[in-house]
Amino acid sequence: MTEETGLRADQRLIFDIVSSGARVLDVGCGDGVLLDHLARAKGVDARGIELSREGVASCVAKGLAVIQGDADTDLTDYPDDCFDTVILSQTLQATRRPRHVLEQMLRIGRNAIVSFPNFGHWRIRTHLLLHGRMPVTENLPDSWYDTPNIHFCTIRDFVALAGEVNAEIVRAEALDATGRPMGVKMPWWFWNLMGEQGVFLLARR
Amino acid sequence: MAARINEADIPNSLLFESGAEAPLVLDSGASLQGLRIAYKTYGRLDAARANAVLICHALTGDQHVASEHPITGKPGWWISMVGPGKPIDTDRFFVICANVIGSCMGSSGPTGINPANGDIYGTDFPLVTIPDMVRAQARLIDHLGIGTLLAVVGGSMGGMQVLAWASLFPDRVFSAMPIATAAKHSAQNIAFHEVGRQAVMADPEWRRGRYLAEGTRPVKGLSVARMAAHITYLSEAALQRKFGRSLQDRAMPTFSFDADFQVESYLRHQGFTFVERFDANSYLYLTRAMDYFDLAADNGGSLATAFRATKTRFCLVSFTSDWLFPTADSRQVVHALNACGASVSFVEIESDKGHDAFLLEEPNLFATARGFLDSAARARGVAEGGR
Repeated sequence: MTEETGLRADQRLIFDIVSSGARVLDVGCGDGVLLDHLARAKGVDARGIELSREGVASCVAKGLAVIQGDADTDLTDYPDDCFDTVILSQTLQATRRPRHVLEQMLRIGRNAIVSFPNFGHWRIRTHLLLHGRMPVTENLPDSWYDTPNIHFCTIRDFVALAGEVNAEIVRAEALDATGRPMGVKMPWWFWNLMGEQGVFLLARR
Repeated sequence: MAARINEADIPNSLLFESGAEAPLVLDSGASLQGLRIAYKTYGRLDAARANAVLICHALTGDQHVASEHPITGKPGWWISMVGPGKPIDTDRFFVICANVIGSCMGSSGPTGINPANGDIYGTDFPLVTIPDMVRAQARLIDHLGIGTLLAVVGGSMGGMQVLAWASLFPDRVFSAMPIATAAKHSAQNIAFHEVGRQAVMADPEWRRGRYLAEGTRPVKGLSVARMAAHITYLSEAALQRKFGRSLQDRAMPTFSFDADFQVESYLRHQGFTFVERFDANSYLYLTRAMDYFDLAADNGGSLATAFRATKTRFCLVSFTSDWLFPTADSRQVVHALNACGASVSFVEIESDKGHDAFLLEEPNLFATARGFLDSAARARGVAEGGR
């Protein structure tokens, strides 16, 4: 978290990627901190979907247009191409049908930005290797039986999924443990091992 | 009785009257000669005429949203929401609340005089619809010199009016807040209304609707109608929490048909007090208006068509335990608004208080309304409140 914006590291990067004045839908927008920031600082037409009542109430109190809904089922309500950018930050792993969600995002938006925790990170690999138990880390603090995160993937898994849904990877970033982008010249295997999070900008082909 | 008739004829409210030269043509095809609207206002209209908020009342509500009821002496029906420093802040907004046509608190309705023959209308009053109520209100808003309302807000039947306002006059509604409502009345709700109407009409004192002329009052029938309806405004959980199986002022059942249970006594009281302030024919007319409401049907079967190209900002609210206007009804509206690309917020508030939750202390409702109205006011450049 940064003091001045309250944005997470992946949200800061997403904030930079989104174009000024764009029509944006943030799927799983939480308390709306990213949308609010985008609306104020970049003049975007900010919309959101959030599962939790508390989150929606907090968004509406900020003056954001947010509906209570479920990424898995409610994206089908939107017509084609009604957004420039559809954001899914740290939510993909909590959806029941990640592929369906990604396809819907690319149907209703010209492009999609997805950030997710990388389950291929070395710390997670060594945890599983050494302890033989599902990893519990600072960023992923829940035990396997009560985590909302039911569909973990690695950066390379996500790259494969992007190919399967016929999306073009316009931009890809891996964030290290401090939330800094790791540089552009690294090969996928290195990102997959060293990146704590992946942030992808996808476009429909 | 005297107070009631008084309130219908000479209401303790502001009056807007338009003469026979501008009759209101109703959905039924009939014309209403001599439209009359009783209304209340709170706060001050700003110089830009940009801070007006219209509150639409529910079935048995009235214009006394934030002021003492002239018959019952009770505080306004929504003082938790409307007033100085409240979510609908009368220090900042110019709040208007008008008695709907067909009702009995001073606006044109079945208790009024039929200009055609000088008699009390009774059931000769033409049937009015929710859009008719809204077109009548639009005349009042014209009269007040207001082009576009900052917000139109209402729950239940009031929410139906909000939706109709947004559909009929999209350019005159900057933001809309329909609460605990639906774009059409369900079969179950029509069924409950029919039970209520039959109770009124089965009362021999109803006299085929001519009870005022004949000097009787169908208080038994109207009271039963209110009792049945009141159950639908609550929830099983709320009734259980409030009353359970507790007995009323007695240790043992009396083995009679007295109101042994507290819940019986409560309902009887609800019925008894209701008839003091409400007209039986108005109850028939307004329940009918809700039954006829179907915004999609009015727009070729498509709810999205009702809101096509709307610029209005919407905020819908439903309550988890409301089985009269369940969340699915609100979602249907949200779905249609999304399909038009409208700016829409929607929140389902957790409450066990049933449909009536929208009138009660619900901090999440207040926070939502405050946030939504504040952002609408900022977007329209309305100045901050006085406090």
